[in-house]
Amino acid sequence: MDYNVNETTINADEEGYITDMGSWSKDLADTIAVTEKIDMSDDHWEVVNFLRDYYEEYQIAPAVRVLTKAIKKSLGPDKGNSKYLYELFPYGPAKQACKIAGLPKPTGCV
Amino acid sequence: MDDFEDDEFDGPVKKFLFLNRKAPYGTIYALEGLEVVLITAAFDQDVSMVFADDGVFQIKKDQETSGINMKNFSPTYRALEGYEVEKVYAEKESLEARGLSEDDLVIPVEVLSAAELAELMDTQDVIVSF
Repeated sequence: MDYNVNETTINADEEGYITDMGSWSKDLADTIAVTEKIDMSDDHWEVVNFLRDYYEEYQIAPAVRVLTKAIKKSLGPDKGNSKYLYELFPYGPAKQACKIAGLPKPTGCV
Repeated sequence: MDDFEDDEFDGPVKKFLFLNRKAPYGTIYALEGLEVVLITAAFDQDVSMVFADDGVFQIKKDQETSGINMKNFSPTYRALEGYEVEKVYAEKESLEARGLSEDDLVIPVEVLSAAELAELMDTQDVIVSF
């Protein structure tokens, strides 16, 4: 399942995770979000950027519970809870947000 | 909101000990072993992690992997805390034989002798060796 961004083809696996993290861009994130039926707001971007920072630091995409806890720690309990995150990403905050962030499928998600 | 808060796993919880004995690169054991630990922890199991023999090199600071075209995955060990894996041990004899101390490691560990590790292993339900 590949994506088309600015007339460039970006390769992705059958679930829609891009295969080369280096090919990620904000335009690509918007494109992936459309296929996920998500209208990217600042709140969505905050989570996506948080995930990219997490990956940068730990070199993995976190499981949803670990993500929730990490967001709670850095952005506070209003955002670090499942209800808030599932409202932003109804099909799973870790799965969907990781996909949009250009990260691999979360570790601990089988 | 609280019942949304945590999708706690309420199945049986076993005591898993993961024994890591191999150098981080050259084989896939260290990286795959780490993934299994994270997945096991994500399923709320009681996880202990032991580094022994060349396995202590997995958590050595300052790994430089560009020459072997491998991703340096040592930063991922620092994610263990977020996965609530807090029982992390290194074997005293293995560290000493390689001239390493706790200060050389990317994460805090409890240093145990081989004899103490044997006792720890006796208390586990499952031991997996990588």
